[in-house]
Amino acid sequence: MLGLVYWQETAIKLGVIMGVVPVTSLIFVYVFLFKMMSYMQSRLGPMETGPHGTLQIIAEAIKFLQKEDISPDNADKHVFVMAPVVVLMSTFLLYVVIPAGPDLVVQSLDTGIFYALAVSSLSALGVLMAGWASANKYALMGGLRAAGQLIAYELPLVLAVVGVVIQAGTMNLQGIVVAQAEGSIFGIDWIGNPYILTQFIGFAIFMTAAQAELTQTPFDMPVAESELVGGFQVEYTGFRYLLFFMAEFGTAFAFSAMASVMFLGGWGLPFIDSTDNILNVVGPVLMLAKVMLVAFVIFWVRFSFPRLREDQLQKFAWKFLIPVSLVNIVATGILKVAF
Amino acid sequence: MTATSDPRQLSYIAHQAADARVNVELHTGDMTLNIGPQHPATHGTLRIATELDGEVVVRAEPIPGYMHRGYEKLSEVRTYPQVTTLINRIDWVGSFANEVPFILAAERLMEIEAPPRAQWIRTILFELSRIANISLFLGDMGVQLGAITPVFYAFRDRERVLNQIEAATGGRFHPNFDRIGGLKDDLPKGWIAETRDAMAKMRDFCDEMEGLLMGNEVFEARCRGVGVIPEDVALGYGLSGANLRASGVDWDLRRDNNPGLAWDQIEWKVWTHPDGDSFARYWVRLQETREATLIVDRLLDSLPSGPIMAKVPRIIKVPEGEAYISTENPLGEMGYYIVSKGDLGPFRVKIRTPSFNNISIVPWIMKGVYVPDVITILGSLYFILGDIDR
Amino acid sequence: MATDSASEEATPVAEPDEIREGLVAELTAILGDGVVESHIEPGADLWVRVSPDRWQDAARAVKSMGLNYFSFLSVIDWMAAPDGRSETTELNEAAEEGESEGEGEDGGAAGILEHGHAGGSTRLQVFARVESPTRHVGMTLKADLADADPRIGTWSDIFPGADWHEREAWEMFGAHFDGHPGLRNLYLPSGFQGRPLRKDFPLLARQVKPWPGVVDIEEIPPELEAELEAQVMAAFESDQGEGS
Repeated sequence: MLGLVYWQETAIKLGVIMGVVPVTSLIFVYVFLFKMMSYMQSRLGPMETGPHGTLQIIAEAIKFLQKEDISPDNADKHVFVMAPVVVLMSTFLLYVVIPAGPDLVVQSLDTGIFYALAVSSLSALGVLMAGWASANKYALMGGLRAAGQLIAYELPLVLAVVGVVIQAGTMNLQGIVVAQAEGSIFGIDWIGNPYILTQFIGFAIFMTAAQAELTQTPFDMPVAESELVGGFQVEYTGFRYLLFFMAEFGTAFAFSAMASVMFLGGWGLPFIDSTDNILNVVGPVLMLAKVMLVAFVIFWVRFSFPRLREDQLQKFAWKFLIPVSLVNIVATGILKVAF
Repeated sequence: MTATSDPRQLSYIAHQAADARVNVELHTGDMTLNIGPQHPATHGTLRIATELDGEVVVRAEPIPGYMHRGYEKLSEVRTYPQVTTLINRIDWVGSFANEVPFILAAERLMEIEAPPRAQWIRTILFELSRIANISLFLGDMGVQLGAITPVFYAFRDRERVLNQIEAATGGRFHPNFDRIGGLKDDLPKGWIAETRDAMAKMRDFCDEMEGLLMGNEVFEARCRGVGVIPEDVALGYGLSGANLRASGVDWDLRRDNNPGLAWDQIEWKVWTHPDGDSFARYWVRLQETREATLIVDRLLDSLPSGPIMAKVPRIIKVPEGEAYISTENPLGEMGYYIVSKGDLGPFRVKIRTPSFNNISIVPWIMKGVYVPDVITILGSLYFILGDIDR
Repeated sequence: MATDSASEEATPVAEPDEIREGLVAELTAILGDGVVESHIEPGADLWVRVSPDRWQDAARAVKSMGLNYFSFLSVIDWMAAPDGRSETTELNEAAEEGESEGEGEDGGAAGILEHGHAGGSTRLQVFARVESPTRHVGMTLKADLADADPRIGTWSDIFPGADWHEREAWEMFGAHFDGHPGLRNLYLPSGFQGRPLRKDFPLLARQVKPWPGVVDIEEIPPELEAELEAQVMAAFESDQGEGS
């Protein structure tokens, strides 16, 4: 696009991803974990480090880096060390397909959604590795819970997206954005067709399943600090814990971004041509605003809900979310053919 | 041992063994999981040794004693006024209520009676410590179930009550304010109006908890039907307080065995719930907190004037005798069985703490529940560790 | 306190406490000569001593009488304390000086036992309290434990709550409860030697360092007593101004 050769382009893309993941998770931790949660709980949160405590997050990161790297004696050392890397890897890979503008995407894959969901479930492997390798009963239970939960919620997540795919006619995330910007709802096209309006059931299921996928309350049994004392993370300290932490918030950002791409129109604007270069400037801002909105909902629920029990969570997934999403797919299909 | 080296024979044996393994159902041993002594759900250092089959608890046994301070022994070498310093630290979130039954028992033995104003203020402070104690539970139950926000509201609003206790007694946590024959001091100026204010805020807090936590579907799903204690079991284990009333037993020592405090002078209601599950226990405690704020308000309305100290000898020597006084403390029935031999200090003090009995039901109630339910049940039984270990 | 409770029930009803006397009669009807002695404080409380071999029967009896709420169970060591409140502490000396004529049981020969309400004949006595949630009365049951072998039947199969109380009594006093499902240490570490709550178990901290709180209870010189009294009374009168 700018006349770069392949290796230059790749280097830039790599750099962007390496930068984006830590930065987004820092933003999320500060905005939501430090400030939003504090205000919800009628306290101020960090106020001393930098204006309104903005630099606190840097201090926290440095604190984690300074800590001693401890691994339990009985731990399976190699797996123990690999686990947070695997989890973080899946976060990095997620960002490959998330678009922020017509040209602002690392790789516009034709199987974008499919790829994103597949990659996101890699983290289950990392969590299971962490749980097993820690040689700790709490960690093991957390890991097993995580595995069961992520499998159960992968399905509704995929099924919720199928409705969007049917409506857009493509699995490419760029294609979905364009389809929403240029679409129309029964002939009304001035707001385009953000799929949250036509696929609101899909959206609700996606958000619920994403909550579980991100192991946020009310589906945070793998971590469950009041019963499993941190679950699979219980033996991790220092920068390994930081990796988990970064992955958690980085993935939250990625899922918020996916939700805003698929249901809120992403970077697209209905009255501007989807290839217009101005969207490369406006698009990222638009995306960030939508991501923050979606993430606000995710964290709002996280900070105010109690946690479900493991069996209740499984029941909820298999007996409610999956049937509803199947019905949603059928209905979408019928409507798609009918109109 | 005869060794065989024939490879065909070895392979045959190996195959047989493999088949046998496949055909026999895999035996999985139970896993022993120690919940505690350092565990967020045990608010302190209680240890619960559980045997798990998957996530199902097969056997659970609480192991207390990590904080046993031997107050019964120590009381034997202290004078009566000195003992109140110790017993302040039994249930440390509602300290004032610990002192009252001990002082009342000593007063019964000495056959003196505190003047009415002292009785009134005692009752008010008693109810304030109840509110300070249970409001913490109301928020903490949320944390046990994974909702982190309610507890901050609890701490925020509990502060008002603690401020009132501090204003009257000088101690936020350990007032040590009750004296044989009355109280240390009278109430400071302006305290009554401030307390009314705090009580109104606490009622708002109760409403808030009702909406935020009790009305939450997930909370109900986690609590309803979890840890059901039938009435007869509750009585047999000596459960007391809200745990007993949540099992449908309409019995409140404040109303039924009032040892002479001002509860019988005003109108109030004893709340019971028929279900006996964790939700019922939360519900009863919430209602009791609200009722306690009303009790305080009504007692403030009818606060008599007069001295706050009866005539007691300078050196307190309790005549020979035995007395048992129990009151309805925030956690349940708290009683002191004092044996006196006419000395400066008690000969023997048996401290009957509510949490000791409340937690002794754990092995019975935690059979066949899931691990998360262990936390729910522990949270809803509501114990203070110092109250178990004494 | 007694006077306040009295204002509720006893004063109008007159001296004898009919409810509690009824309870004793009821228990005697069930246990017969199992009831050794009883003591009633009208309008306040009731103590019944039963013979040790009828201890479990007594539990069943009170349960059938509606006193089905188990409050606590423990043991008293009636031995006059040679340690514990030791004659070596200044506290005790102060106590004995203050006391006009020491009753003699304290610091005297350890052989003399003086029992509380409802009497007794042995050094260790087990006592338990049951209450009725419907009749709103409580009762303290006592039984003697043989000096040589303190042993008595368990209550844990009648009142399951007694389980832990008996474990505590066992580790703290060395009283055996026959039929108890598992007398293990409840509080103490498993290798602990001795029975801490017995009177002959020394409280080491106290022997190493005398209790500094003795200063608090220093005798006031008689000439100052009247003056202080007047000050206290003056404080009362000024307090009365601060009403509600």
